[in-house]
Amino acid sequence: MIERDRGGRFFAHLLLIVGVLIVAFPIYYTFIASTQTIQTILRPPLPLTPGGEFAENYGQALFGGVGRIGGVDVGTLLFNTSVMALGIALGKIAISLLSAFAIVFFRFPFRMFFFWMIFVTLMLPVEVRILPTYKVMVDLGLIDTYAGLILPLVASATATLLFRQFFMTIPSELVEAARIDGAGPMKFFRDILIPLSRTNIAALFVILFIYGWTQYLWPLLVTNDNRMNTIVIALKKMVSFADADTPWNLVMVTAILAIVPPVLVVVLMQRWFVRGLVESEK
Amino acid sequence: MAAIELSEVRKVYAGGVEAVKGVSLTIPDGAFCVLVGPSGCGKSTLLRMVAGLEGISGGTVRIGGRVVNDLEPASRDIAMVFQNYALYPHMTVRQNLEYGLKNRKTPKEEIARRVEEAARILEIGQYLDRRPGQLSGGQRQRVAMGRAIVREPAAFLFDEPLSNLDAKLRVTMRAEIRRLQRRLKTTSLYVTHDQLEAMTLADQLVVLNAGRIEQAGSPMAIYEKPASLFVATFIGSPAMNLVPLDGPGASPLATLAGPGRGRQVLGIRPEHMRLLDGGAGVRADEIVLDLVVSGVEVVGAESYVTGRLAHGGPELAVRVPGYSHLEPGAAVKAAAPLGAFHRFDAESGRRLELA
Repeated sequence: MIERDRGGRFFAHLLLIVGVLIVAFPIYYTFIASTQTIQTILRPPLPLTPGGEFAENYGQALFGGVGRIGGVDVGTLLFNTSVMALGIALGKIAISLLSAFAIVFFRFPFRMFFFWMIFVTLMLPVEVRILPTYKVMVDLGLIDTYAGLILPLVASATATLLFRQFFMTIPSELVEAARIDGAGPMKFFRDILIPLSRTNIAALFVILFIYGWTQYLWPLLVTNDNRMNTIVIALKKMVSFADADTPWNLVMVTAILAIVPPVLVVVLMQRWFVRGLVESEK
Repeated sequence: MAAIELSEVRKVYAGGVEAVKGVSLTIPDGAFCVLVGPSGCGKSTLLRMVAGLEGISGGTVRIGGRVVNDLEPASRDIAMVFQNYALYPHMTVRQNLEYGLKNRKTPKEEIARRVEEAARILEIGQYLDRRPGQLSGGQRQRVAMGRAIVREPAAFLFDEPLSNLDAKLRVTMRAEIRRLQRRLKTTSLYVTHDQLEAMTLADQLVVLNAGRIEQAGSPMAIYEKPASLFVATFIGSPAMNLVPLDGPGASPLATLAGPGRGRQVLGIRPEHMRLLDGGAGVRADEIVLDLVVSGVEVVGAESYVTGRLAHGGPELAVRVPGYSHLEPGAAVKAAAPLGAFHRFDAESGRRLELA
């Protein structure tokens, strides 16, 4: 970074701080609301400092929410969402690693055809193929199961392409050295390719975890039982609760709790994430 | 340890391009054979066929008497050193050395022993726990050789291993490779485009051109008796001077023509010629040529004076000791011993011997 005059730096920082405030304020406000009683929330203006109901609201949401959030406590919702997000992220990574491996390192008939098939699926988002996919899930009896939540979202052309690009940068001499060292294809994959892809895998994991975490449409369709809901679905159901008043304080608690895991993943994996995006390796 | 025998080995690529056109060659057990040639002559392809990284379109490759045509590289009992080292970047030096042995289920104690020994021979002991990224080019090259040594293979294959090093390091590593090979007495096949590297390393030198062997033999035999115009100009630096006998300015040399009636080319190496002071000191077995200086290249210990034969003839380089003060345009006389001339058939490029 070039040292600029003080005024310029001040202005740059001012801009950044304003940007951060604009992004962070709604989240802060949500947190404030989650520590108030429902009466305070429903009687504007909402105070800008935390209220005294923190323990009460969070405790109720986490452990005593029966009958309130569709009969399911937030713990179960978080667990469901974690299973789905982890399943989607890890599944996508596993499948795309393997398919990129096949496309880059093997010569088989119709190799390019399969590559383009994968490529073309980029143009078919979940929403387009949702009816047939739903039918298949029903036929397989996967409604209201974790498998049903995860499987349809697992195939990923984007990740396959990403790994393909990375694999193509691996020097052919390295592949040949491994052949001479007696490493068969799967051994090469495990001992050399995967360790070399570490940073890419980490970066992709962060992106895919958040993608999985924020899924809305598919979980809404494939879960009928409230016990299988993800936290995003549950939030929606809480807000449009037909028979009673919306428990806004608990909605806010749930919203805050829904943000925590993705934030944790990003914070904990930040270094890997940035390296994976920046590093072009060798 | 084993001899490597190639017989009528051919490589035809899918597009019909013939990269290697029937090469037969025997590398005796323990010998250091260098394949040299310009780029695209098929030398690397040939090496990769011996390694098993490239399919063999015709002929057979034997290592230690065993036909290896259809064997995987790993089962050919060879080790290879690559131009870009091809070290596994995520493994430490020790893991790099161990990897091939582990894949072969070598006992732990044996692996440790061999790694220790290789580290001692190559003096890389203190780097064993570093990663290749933390090493310099020369150190990486040593590790790459270490990875070959620990395998204790029947043959080493080198694919231009020094071309990524700077000039000074290249000379050091060259000497080191030679010493190492003498010590281990492992049959080695080495590919390079650098004729100096080829001359200094080889027991057996093979000059390849356009997928065929031009000449094979000891480096000095090839240097002294190049079998063709191609070899004559490729081996030796600066290259051998050539004078087409039917060309301009060649009349003083006409008496040197060999037997036969075809068009001929005379060759003489720069170090066999000398410049005369005035006209004195010509020996009976020398021929004197009149040159007009066109350039002087000072190397340090010696200089190369290039001069054009009178009447628009070809340029000849003459080696002179020390520093030459000649200016372009100066007329000089150069003497060359009659016995130092080589004769080639202009049509086929083959060497002609005096009857």
